[in-house]
Amino acid sequence: MRHQHHRLLLLKSNCFGRDERRVDSRTIYVGHRPCPATDTFIPPKFCDNRIVSSKYTVWNFLPKNLFEQFRRIANFYFLIIFLVQVIVDTPTSPVTSGLPLFFVITVTAIKQGYEDWLRHKADNEVNKYLVTVLEDGRRARKESEKIKVGDVVEVVEDETFPCDLILLQSSREDETCFVTTASLDGESNHKTHYTVPDTEKGLESLSATVECEQPQPDLYKFVTFFSLCVVSLRSLGPENLLLKGATLKNTQKIYGVAVYSGMETKMALNYQGKSQKRSVVEKSINAFLLVYLCILVSKALVCTTLKYVWQSQPGQEEPWYNQKTQKEKDANLYLNMFTDFLSFMVLFNFIIPVSMYVTVEMQKFLGSFFISWDKDFFDPEIQEGALVNTSDLNEELGQVEYVFTDKTGTLTQNSMEFIECCIDGFQYKNRDSSTELDGFCVTDGPVSMLQQKAGREELFLRALCLCHTVQVKESTGQEDWVGDQVDGVLGLDGEMVHPAELRGFIASSPDEVALVKGAMKYGFTFLGMESKNMRVMNRDKDVETYELLHVLNFDPVRRRMSVIVRSKCGDIMLFCKGADSSIFPRVRQEEVDRISMHVERNATEGYRTLCVAYKLLSSEEYAQADAGLREARLALDDREEKLMAVYNQVETGMSLIGATAVEDRLQEEAAETMEALQRAGMKVWSTCYACRLFQRGTELLELTVRTLEDGGRRREERLHEVLLDYHKRAVSAFSFSPRSWTSAKQDYGFIIDGATLSLVFNSSPDSSHYKSLFLQICQNCTTVLCCRMAPLQKAQIVNMVKNSKGSPITLSIGDGANDVSMILEAHIGIGIKGKEGRQAVRNSDYAIPKLKHLKKLLLGHGHLYYVRIAHLVQYFFYKNLCFILPQFLYQFFCGSSQQPLYDAAYLTMYNICFTSMPILAYSLLEQHICMEVLMTKNAMLRWSPFLYWTLLGVYQGLLFFFGVRFLFSNPALQDNGQVFGNWSYGTIVFTVLVFTVTLKLAMDTRHWTWINHFVIWGSLAFYMFFSFFWGGIIWPFLRQQRLYFVFANMLRSVSAWLVIILLILLSLLPEILLLVLRKPRWPHSRQVRYTHI
Amino acid sequence: MMASNYNAKEEDGHQPAAIGHGGAGTVKNKKPDNTAFKQQRLPAWQPILTAGTVLPAFFVIGLIFIPIGIGLFVTSNNIKELEIDYTGGDMSSPCYNCSQSYSWNSTKPCTCSVPFSLDQPFESNVFMYYGLSNFYQNHRRYVKSRDDSQLNGDKASLKSPSKECEPYRTSDEKPIAPCGAIANSLFNDTLELYYIDPNGSRTAIPLVKKGIAWWTDKHVKFRNPGGNDNLTVVFQGTSKPVNWRKSVYELDPSDPDNNGFINEDFIVWMRTAALPTFRKLYRIIHKKPNMTPTLPLGQYILEVTYNYPVRSFEGRKRMILSTISWMGGKNPFLGIAYITVGSVCFFLGIVLLIIHHKYGNRNHSADIPS
Repeated sequence: MRHQHHRLLLLKSNCFGRDERRVDSRTIYVGHRPCPATDTFIPPKFCDNRIVSSKYTVWNFLPKNLFEQFRRIANFYFLIIFLVQVIVDTPTSPVTSGLPLFFVITVTAIKQGYEDWLRHKADNEVNKYLVTVLEDGRRARKESEKIKVGDVVEVVEDETFPCDLILLQSSREDETCFVTTASLDGESNHKTHYTVPDTEKGLESLSATVECEQPQPDLYKFVTFFSLCVVSLRSLGPENLLLKGATLKNTQKIYGVAVYSGMETKMALNYQGKSQKRSVVEKSINAFLLVYLCILVSKALVCTTLKYVWQSQPGQEEPWYNQKTQKEKDANLYLNMFTDFLSFMVLFNFIIPVSMYVTVEMQKFLGSFFISWDKDFFDPEIQEGALVNTSDLNEELGQVEYVFTDKTGTLTQNSMEFIECCIDGFQYKNRDSSTELDGFCVTDGPVSMLQQKAGREELFLRALCLCHTVQVKESTGQEDWVGDQVDGVLGLDGEMVHPAELRGFIASSPDEVALVKGAMKYGFTFLGMESKNMRVMNRDKDVETYELLHVLNFDPVRRRMSVIVRSKCGDIMLFCKGADSSIFPRVRQEEVDRISMHVERNATEGYRTLCVAYKLLSSEEYAQADAGLREARLALDDREEKLMAVYNQVETGMSLIGATAVEDRLQEEAAETMEALQRAGMKVWSTCYACRLFQRGTELLELTVRTLEDGGRRREERLHEVLLDYHKRAVSAFSFSPRSWTSAKQDYGFIIDGATLSLVFNSSPDSSHYKSLFLQICQNCTTVLCCRMAPLQKAQIVNMVKNSKGSPITLSIGDGANDVSMILEAHIGIGIKGKEGRQAVRNSDYAIPKLKHLKKLLLGHGHLYYVRIAHLVQYFFYKNLCFILPQFLYQFFCGSSQQPLYDAAYLTMYNICFTSMPILAYSLLEQHICMEVLMTKNAMLRWSPFLYWTLLGVYQGLLFFFGVRFLFSNPALQDNGQVFGNWSYGTIVFTVLVFTVTLKLAMDTRHWTWINHFVIWGSLAFYMFFSFFWGGIIWPFLRQQRLYFVFANMLRSVSAWLVIILLILLSLLPEILLLVLRKPRWPHSRQVRYTHI
Repeated sequence: MMASNYNAKEEDGHQPAAIGHGGAGTVKNKKPDNTAFKQQRLPAWQPILTAGTVLPAFFVIGLIFIPIGIGLFVTSNNIKELEIDYTGGDMSSPCYNCSQSYSWNSTKPCTCSVPFSLDQPFESNVFMYYGLSNFYQNHRRYVKSRDDSQLNGDKASLKSPSKECEPYRTSDEKPIAPCGAIANSLFNDTLELYYIDPNGSRTAIPLVKKGIAWWTDKHVKFRNPGGNDNLTVVFQGTSKPVNWRKSVYELDPSDPDNNGFINEDFIVWMRTAALPTFRKLYRIIHKKPNMTPTLPLGQYILEVTYNYPVRSFEGRKRMILSTISWMGGKNPFLGIAYITVGSVCFFLGIVLLIIHHKYGNRNHSADIPS
């Protein structure tokens, strides 16, 4: 990720020279007032505040767009063919290939132009937006694009910030403002940002410099020094930075100084086009294309050779009736050979049709609508259906072999409920959530001990109330939150409802809310922050206040967070909560022993467990910690690392109070969905526990820190041992009994945790050996659980599987920002429109509202699209092979002179009009399911079906040509003795061809809707009509009236009719035979499918 | 690929109007329409081809094709056809001298007579074809070497023919009419047929030269510039094709409806053949009003005015006499093909029927667990 960002940075910031880029920080003068102390004031040059998301301008649109389009290999190929046709004397006019190419290019250009126009419009709206800027004490209205770095900008409520600002002054008394970053990362909660301290005095006279790092795209990282003319140095963090694109909320107005502008804002830097994921199907298409290209080249070579062999016979090169022109006589022999070769290429180039690309694109584009139209994906709760971000991967959905799923919010609903807690080894369970204070009951401790425990209990609950970053939702009266009124409201039945019950809490993670709410149930209510004081109402309804000294933020590496608070009586306490694995090593062992059992049990039941620890800090200890933290925060380089070191240092020697268990309820039908996916042969890897991932009879292989520590030896040794053992069980078991594989198959499940995984990946030099062992075990298990993973580890796992042997197709599904890396890594990324913001949705290829929709998406749409696209591609190759093969064979009969068999109109229209619509309709509407074909990987785009289609094409092409050839051994085919010429020959072949390929498709169609009927019979009717029409008129713009009445005359010949019918039937005969001989499976398969969905 | 850009706009969410919405898309109710099309639930016919449905089709095809094939075969066999090669390649043939002593600019036409005899009388209308072998009328350079608008009577094209006609476009600075290689190589042998009466006297057989070209070609596609009269005037300023002995307006001076571009021999020649061995309709011998056969059995003489050289490219020239049926000229291919395909279908039908009966039930039960 970071590499990507870095590259992006270099690409995006075109305002900067390369050298300046090396400078680590930039200095900004607030209000452009130089600091008296600094010697010289050189107004630094930064880029202006214009946002340019558009790709083109009016002037460069044509060249740039054309360049981009012709960078695609297919377009380039067709351009070359077109140019050859223009330059060299070729059998077909340039129009035949130029027209379709022109069509494709134009349509794409119009589409891209329109999209760019929309972007221009959006840019303009942003850039021309009027903002208020303080200039020399006066307020001036300016267009947003004219803001310069260093300007002091005023923003009022509900406005978005025009650039990245450092908050200087807020209208709120507590020097904060609220911001929602919905349009940046999708988190719609209100975030608090703080002003720079000591700048309350007049902004007009404020002269200060801001030293901040060069623009970088990480939204949550910001390291800056703010110096008030060297008098004082302040370090600022992301909580002082207001990002462009975020919206001011709950605050009347603020002033801020612009630090990053225009394309250097964090939003613009994050504005990245996702890397294009290419469908695996596309790769097989390219492979097939290569084969056809070889066929094409060899055909052209054969013909060129034949031509010169034929010409070498006496009297054939230039018989008296067919003299060359002077120009042709003068031309160089080798040049002639080359142009002949090119001409043959052009003649046969229809074998690789430009229209296939168009049709495939159209199919994917239109097909994706069916996904977003599907009402089964509509979720009434969020009023949204599925979202398709890329239509390229429709068919890939049906080919998924590995499913990687995130737990929180994906498998589960991410609505947390506090279930139980465990204090000093005693379990407290809230049996009935409606009972209030007294619901705090003891299940496994004697009642008499309750009193003695009270102190510990309260400490635990205070810890829950203090150790978090939850905010209490402001009640401004106009809010739509009913539960906001702190003073209590009357319930519907008039009964007094406890005010706190209805309190709205906002936090970045729902766990924290659940914990605070849990504490509230037991009598400790968090009332909110009041200028750095946390107010907590205890059981006796007294309000206790604690001064918040430091927050040691949560991060996924440490997997814990802490707060340092000072109580009224001056005690300084550190409360820490975090995952058991990260807390246990930092507390005393005997405490761990008391609690670990509970934690373990809760974890097995699928609850999220957190351990809570605390530590009393002496004033010396605190002073030391305080100094360390401040120093680390001021650091400009490696601030993260330094902070981490201090955190780790402070969070030691704590004592464990207890543990909590929060239930994260499973998504609706999560278990059923997972079961269905497994039944469909997919392997489900999850970053969680629980759920019915493990079916009965599954043998579990566990590889976690706990199993590794059993032996008490070094972890590495143990890891080696365990891996080998599991490998033997899981892998070798299969290889020894391949015969009984299906019947006596033992399902294995595999569990690994983050710590062990990192051990596997980067422990020792021979980690690659571990890795392959690990991979082999995993591949033989139906289910793999990866617990406690960092985002990067998730991506690592996906990457490992993706690059393993056979390159299986992987799918990642997740809902949160932590899943983005995984979503981007997998072949298909699916985002859930859940509660954790839109990051995942934005980076995904498909977004669905609920996990349960995955089943239909993969087993329904995915499978359908796979069948459709596979058929589409194969059919295209087939129909063009039997289109061009007669033309090739004709070269043997016309002295290899590149004489086309078909008229130019037929050559052009064949792929565009006569045969394109039926296959498009088929590829959009077919619902032909043949389960066992779909189960096997890439079964329909492998070489054997491809070979079958190719052979069919060759067979039919030969049949068409030679059938008519034998008929034409006597060209007197009419009952008046008149004869047919070469264009009649071509027309008969072409008629047979059009009917055969259309009827072949009709035979493959299993699902005849009226559209199929319309399009298939319509195409044939159109062909008839067109042929009559085309041959019925002397076209003034045509140089040669080749087809004049050819078609009508053909239809007047009984022999022509008979041969057409015969050849159509004969070419379809093998297909019919195969259909009959193949076992009739469809009815059953369809039943299977419907039970699956 | 096409839809991939559609989410790009979401990120430009700067418009103040959009503020207050949690994310994108809560603006309006996006519930998809519940239409059969959008939900992919269009009523559909789902045919399942099974042995049961296809088997009768095989029998039906067999039963239809075999009679048709037999009919075609019998018809083709009943067609009488006589082919006479008069190339004169070997010493013994009567046209040997003509073929050897050929030169383009000889003024005196070379004639030869080829005697032949009919074993059977030819009933009904008899069609007389000339056939050429190894003559690549379908060579690309040849096929395109014509100007259809000139042939359609366009006066501008008459004066400046299309570039495609090169190198037969102009001669002596004058445009050639009709231009191009096809016209230039017009078949110009004259064939005449004489019946030798048993008493030894020769009777010329009347050869009709109209009705040999496609009606549409003669009446629409080919037209003389400015009507069929005064062709000499119209074609003034043009040159005759280099290999021709006479101008285009002298092709049939006796009949203005068969002269110039609408000369039927010319039109027939201009319809290029599909294969290097081909035949073209030359004359029609109409049946006699009384019951006597058109060509009674006996001795005949084919009088050839030998103008057309084929030796240089090892070609052959033939004269073909043929009767015509509803399916056209003699061609056993269709009949044989129909009989073969019909029998194969019938046979397959029987085989499949056996397979179906023997294994059908077992297949069916084995299928269910799938």
